[in-house]
Amino acid sequence: MARLPSRPALDLRHCEQFLLQEARLLDDGKFDDWLALFTADAWYWVPSEPDQTDRFETVSLISDDKRLLETRVRRLASPRMYSQEPRSRTSRIVTNVTLEESSAQSCTLRSKFLMIEYRREQQRLFGGTALHGLVQQDGRIMIAWKRIDLVNCDAPLDGITIPF
Amino acid sequence: MQSAETLASYVQPARVHRRVYSDPAIFELELERIFGNAWIYIGHESQVKMPGDYFRTFIGRKPVVLVRDANGDIRVIHNQCAHRGSMVVANDKGNTDEFQCCYHGWTYHLDGRLKAVPLQHGYPSDFDPKNPKTAMTQIPRVKSYRGFVFASEAADGPSLEDFLGYMATSFDDMVDRAPDGEIEIAGGVFKHGYDGNWKIYLENLCDAAHPWFTHRSSIEAAQQQSDEVYSDGSGEIAVRQMRQNGAPYSFWENQVGIWTYPNGHSYLGDYHDDAKLVAALKDPVFRDYIAAMEKKKGKEATRRVLETRRWNSNVYPNLSFMSQFQQIRVVHPIAVDRTVVHTYNFRLKGAPEQMFRNTISFANIVNGTGSLVLTDDLEIYNRIRMGLSSEGAEWIEIGRGMQSDVPDAHGGRRGKNSTSEVYIRNMLDAWLGYMTTPPERAMRAAS
Repeated sequence: MARLPSRPALDLRHCEQFLLQEARLLDDGKFDDWLALFTADAWYWVPSEPDQTDRFETVSLISDDKRLLETRVRRLASPRMYSQEPRSRTSRIVTNVTLEESSAQSCTLRSKFLMIEYRREQQRLFGGTALHGLVQQDGRIMIAWKRIDLVNCDAPLDGITIPF
Repeated sequence: MQSAETLASYVQPARVHRRVYSDPAIFELELERIFGNAWIYIGHESQVKMPGDYFRTFIGRKPVVLVRDANGDIRVIHNQCAHRGSMVVANDKGNTDEFQCCYHGWTYHLDGRLKAVPLQHGYPSDFDPKNPKTAMTQIPRVKSYRGFVFASEAADGPSLEDFLGYMATSFDDMVDRAPDGEIEIAGGVFKHGYDGNWKIYLENLCDAAHPWFTHRSSIEAAQQQSDEVYSDGSGEIAVRQMRQNGAPYSFWENQVGIWTYPNGHSYLGDYHDDAKLVAALKDPVFRDYIAAMEKKKGKEATRRVLETRRWNSNVYPNLSFMSQFQQIRVVHPIAVDRTVVHTYNFRLKGAPEQMFRNTISFANIVNGTGSLVLTDDLEIYNRIRMGLSSEGAEWIEIGRGMQSDVPDAHGGRRGKNSTSEVYIRNMLDAWLGYMTTPPERAMRAAS
């Protein structure tokens, strides 16, 4: 009798489901649960330039190691985060998902996203490419790294407070 | 048109009329009389190292190009074709032999002189392509101070040195921090936009009384952050900075200072000593830096540099910079209620590479578009615009510290401590001076 898989395989179907769940957590404002998707040494990156190759010697819209990402998420919960008073509401669409590289333990996933952010009578539209480095850990799919390339990453932008 | 008397009535000793921040007619006059007259920061020489290097920017709303011409001289020219007025240079930066308009092919030398016109025979008989008026016109006065390029549209007026006055020492502080005595812009640019007046930005950069309130969310998030969570080291300085913003009022009132100088300039000082942010001598990178400095400059000069603790320096009306973290912000007024700020970083030549990484990391977390700190400042700028659109309160209070400000040894005025609003009063003094004096218009050379 074939053994049932004890954990979700890093195949396209499972990974795509994972991305949809991640987007849902963000839209629902469950940032602590979102943070829990990241591995202990994960990084999260939103470059400021198209095709930016370097995370440390060129500025980024967001460039967080795990400690900074945790600080960022804690701030999102603060009632004194005035740039989130009132709160944003977001709606994300994740699509065009492809598996770029994969092994039994890890994979790189590429997807396209659109995010509408509504806050205080203004609606902003963000879109671009997401790259996820996913790994198997303790029977779960986890994010080892995530890179978001906004199509307008080099535009003059008002503050970005909600993670993509 | 606003009369000088009306404008003067808007700026009173301890208050300023809300229209100064919200009236579109006043904004238009600012473009003419402040941005069309004062020395305006354009860019840094390191952005145009080689002949043909150019950098596209703006003076007020006017598109201009900073360019190093074929002789190696730095020019600032209007980004405008002499034929039908089209903007000629469309890329943000690059290198070229000549500028060519994409409309009818008029072609210009790097210094803006006309080089060639297709179908020249068809123009009127008195058309002279050598007429200097037929050019991408040069801004009449262009001058650098230690690599920082300024331009003034006024043909006459104070020299750049006189305009900067004692504030030149803030540029000295930035450049002197490089062991090799040279700095260069590196690491890209942040572009922030907000729906608010440009003056608010400069005011906030010297405001020592706001972090405790405005930045509470990042202060608390950083103070509660466990240092046990994995870090690749890049957040170290930023976490320290956010925690430092939570210093009690007694700190701001006893240890931090605000200095102001003629022409609207000011700096906030003694905020950090290097020990608070980079763990000073315990930090191996900083130890290497001090060693490099002492080797190149000697112990005495190094000590002097490290004892200078300037936080934000404002050069009115369009530049704010932080010598200690090698960062500059260039203010672009777009409309009375719209401003864009470009933020750049500098590499200190001869310093350990990790110091530049710290500069970038600091920018990302404190001054970046998605940072944990600046986002709340942008919120304030937007809220000020929304608040000032109401006539509920006509006047803005700017009197804090007025009774206790003291003269400064270098011809300026300083607050008794950093929470004085002397920097706002000082900027508005300069504002009123510019606004009530029609500038000498640039004289175009006759052919």
